Amino acid sequence: MLSRPRIFRRLAAREERAPIVLGGARRAELRDHQKELHGFQTRLVVCAGSVVAVFFLLLVRFFYLQVLQHEYYHTLAENNRITINPMIPNRGLMIDRNGAVIAHNYAAYTLEITPSKASDLEPLINELATVVEVAPKDRKRFRKLLEEGHDFASLPIRTRLNDVEVARFAVNKYRFPGVDIRARLFRHYPNGEVASHVLGYIGRRTQADDEKLEAEGMDANYKGTEFIGKVGLEGRYEANLHGTTGFEEVETDANGRAVRTLRSTLPVSGNNLLLSLDARLQEVAERVFGERRGALVAIEPATGGVLALVSKPGYDPNQFVDGIDPQSWDVLNTSPDHPLNNRALQGVYPPGSTFKPFMALAALELGKRNPHHAIYDPGYFFLSGGGGHRYRDWKTGGHGMVDMHRSIVISCDTYYYGVAQDLGIDSIHEFIGQFGFGKRSGIDIDGEAGGLLPSQEWKMRRFQQKWFMGDTISVGIGQGYNLATPVQLAQAVSILANNGAVFRPHLVRHIQDSQTGKLTSIEVEPVGTIHLRPENLRLVRDAMIDVTRPGGTAAAAGAGAPYHFAGKTGTAQVVAMKQNEKYDERRVQERHRDHALFIAYAPAEAPTIALAVLVENGGHGASAAAPVARAVLDFFLLGKEPPLKSKGAEDASEND
Amino acid sequence: MISRLLAFLGRHIDRHLLAAVGALLLVGLITLYSASGENVGRIGAQLANIVVALTVMWIAANIPPHYLQRLALPVYVVGLLLLIAVWRYGETVNGARRWLHIGVTRIQPSELMKVAVPLALAWYFDRYEAVLKLRDFAVAALMLLVPVVLVAKQPDLGTALIITAAGFYVIFLAGLSWKVLVGMTVTSAICVPFVVWPLLHDYQRQRIMTLLDPNQDPLGAGYHTIQATIALGSGGFFGKGWLNGTQAHLDFLPERSTDFIFAVFSEEFGLFGNLVLVTLFLFVIGRGLFITFNASTLFTRLLAGAITLTLFTYVFVNMGMVSGVLPVVGVPLPLISYGGTSLVSILFAMGILMSIHTHKRLVKS
Repeated sequence: MLSRPRIFRRLAAREERAPIVLGGARRAELRDHQKELHGFQTRLVVCAGSVVAVFFLLLVRFFYLQVLQHEYYHTLAENNRITINPMIPNRGLMIDRNGAVIAHNYAAYTLEITPSKASDLEPLINELATVVEVAPKDRKRFRKLLEEGHDFASLPIRTRLNDVEVARFAVNKYRFPGVDIRARLFRHYPNGEVASHVLGYIGRRTQADDEKLEAEGMDANYKGTEFIGKVGLEGRYEANLHGTTGFEEVETDANGRAVRTLRSTLPVSGNNLLLSLDARLQEVAERVFGERRGALVAIEPATGGVLALVSKPGYDPNQFVDGIDPQSWDVLNTSPDHPLNNRALQGVYPPGSTFKPFMALAALELGKRNPHHAIYDPGYFFLSGGGGHRYRDWKTGGHGMVDMHRSIVISCDTYYYGVAQDLGIDSIHEFIGQFGFGKRSGIDIDGEAGGLLPSQEWKMRRFQQKWFMGDTISVGIGQGYNLATPVQLAQAVSILANNGAVFRPHLVRHIQDSQTGKLTSIEVEPVGTIHLRPENLRLVRDAMIDVTRPGGTAAAAGAGAPYHFAGKTGTAQVVAMKQNEKYDERRVQERHRDHALFIAYAPAEAPTIALAVLVENGGHGASAAAPVARAVLDFFLLGKEPPLKSKGAEDASEND
Repeated sequence: MISRLLAFLGRHIDRHLLAAVGALLLVGLITLYSASGENVGRIGAQLANIVVALTVMWIAANIPPHYLQRLALPVYVVGLLLLIAVWRYGETVNGARRWLHIGVTRIQPSELMKVAVPLALAWYFDRYEAVLKLRDFAVAALMLLVPVVLVAKQPDLGTALIITAAGFYVIFLAGLSWKVLVGMTVTSAICVPFVVWPLLHDYQRQRIMTLLDPNQDPLGAGYHTIQATIALGSGGFFGKGWLNGTQAHLDFLPERSTDFIFAVFSEEFGLFGNLVLVTLFLFVIGRGLFITFNASTLFTRLLAGAITLTLFTYVFVNMGMVSGVLPVVGVPLPLISYGGTSLVSILFAMGILMSIHTHKRLVKS
């Protein structure tokens, strides 16, 4: 800016100045100190101005950051320093009716990899395997978790490290960035396979679980929770078992290390489930089943509490806890025995002859039969009209004279063909429906099947077909369209044992608050009552006692019992027989053999247990199912342990 | 007796400058206590540095400027030789060759050049009583460029920058023609992308790129800038209070005792503190410019001006870097940052200023 006048001045000064000789060698202009000083001072002023301007700009920048953008940076600083760590609550325990813990938690060390912090996973895992054992199973599970894209911070490569492994890894930790040891709580089912279908299992949260939680508005409570109840009681009572997640606001430094806790809300442990289940009875029942497939449901009639609920084969729920490896999952999933199916409430079977006591009650209550009226059974029932059709009795040649009492004791089919014909399907549907057939029992495990108690209306709706009398005849002996689950059968016989009082079957008796220990009881009151005349009830119940005595179909199973027990055998056809074909057990493929059924309660005078047993493809109810019931009753009432290894129990005597 | 001693000690001390410097040193100690995580040992070490540096300042203040003038060329030559030695035999620390082992200790010759270069240039321009020609400026430019290139090659961009600035101020104040200045500005504006850029080290380029967009590399090169601006911004108007800075205390701020100590100060004392700090620095710089203005010889004028403006450059570059308007170059905040070397060289320069101010009558007579 000043350059032009300055240059002029300098040029002018140059002309005035006389060149002088310095040392005779160098010619130079002498300085004009005044001018030079002036120029210097000008430049100094420029510099001073620049200094002020630059500092002003810096202050503008500070003002922008510290006043205008303060909120923004304040938030950033807070986010920087405060990390909210969820504190996972302890999952509630499950305790059987005798106080035995059958589902609990234990703390264990896991080795976990945070994929986002680790670079090359394969080499890393190979390297890890040199320090702690990493089985192929562990690798597969890790890969599966990785593929599932869990958004959790870290995924386990090994679980349940022992102390030596923990120490060995700790020494080598510097070699493995992104790999950490964590102490975690694991679910454990100490009884293994026993009661697996009751307990269910917990597993890692899936996308579907997350969506469900979000829909229920529960997702905040599941921060940090990796496992969730999937099936069984673990699934149904998830909301009670989980507890409330606590939160810890920690101040962390730049390395993510916690410096101090600012605020914390402690987690509230999940509530305990006190079950009506008797774990020892359950174990005995499962032992009695041995390798056979089937189901058993035992109910305490006075409360509806389930004492035992067996579905064989079962599985070990513990293998789901760490995340099941794909191989084991395939085995469970593709087995022809369907171990994951809960037969006790999802399996539907024709009730067969176990249906007869209820038919008898219907006939008595609806006035269709006089108890003393006897019929002659020639071995078949002839349905007149429509061309005529013979319905065979299971016993060739028939039972001769049969009254109602005897019809139950010897399980006479012919008798009930007639009863069915006289009652008609709609009466049967209406009366027997009261015992819970054809509708879900409401037991506290999800996935229950409804079974089927047919009616005219149902057939029309289902098949758009008219109901034929022939359909009714089959229903009379629990065949035809009839389908029931073992739970329904147990429920029905329990109502019978209870003189008509209906309880909803349930596994959980009380929910125990983890903080106060207060118990909340579930369903102590009956949900309904079926009005039955005492003399009718007595007749049926007496007949059922005689079933287990000499002359009854389950006499072998009842032999030598020091208590009275009432029962009814049943055999459900798997494959329909032709009109004149004779069922020959030896000729029929194992999977096409009949299902064996037995319902019972004991002691007969004041029942404390009512049960239904189903042995798939077991053949006859009397030979396959009744001995199971007897062993369970012996243990329950007498504390008598069955032999550790159960034999086939195929040596029973009488037929059904 | 005591008053005589005080009079002797204070003979060549500029009280205004000393007061402002003392205030800044105090601010530095207070901030350091917080930045070091209330580490008393660190304070002790810095106090020892201050004692040494004040002694150096006192000595410098008592050296008449014409002695300095005589020493200028030898110091410069020695410094240059040492730089060459570093280049050939230096010790490499963190990928940079800056240190030279001499017997028991190691020295950083580039630090010496921050003073030696303006000293030598001022000496050069004041050499004889003649009007300066363009040739003189060319020689001066060469005297400046050789050490700058050597330092930049170490690589130490921050020091190279300071030396360049110091030398440039001398040349500018000596009266380099505005035409040449404008020409140089235009030339360098053209040269930077094509000549300087390819010569830069990768990490230096990275720093410049990161300045343009720190979020490009938030965990790497941009981390310093992001965390420092968060510290400043979250400080607000009055700051979070002494010892309450979360960015500093939770390790989010890197180098928080040294180059980034201003972020700690700013987080804890806010815009208000910044105003006070800038005012103190402005006072020191103003005093320096005042001394420059009144200096009696060309040598002292040029030297005092260069010293003052170099101090300003330190402050500006450091604050600019911390507040995210300049790239991250390793430049400490004078009198505040922890570290003996920088403190000694700054207070040595303050001593020279005082010497220039208090010796001028003697020179004149």
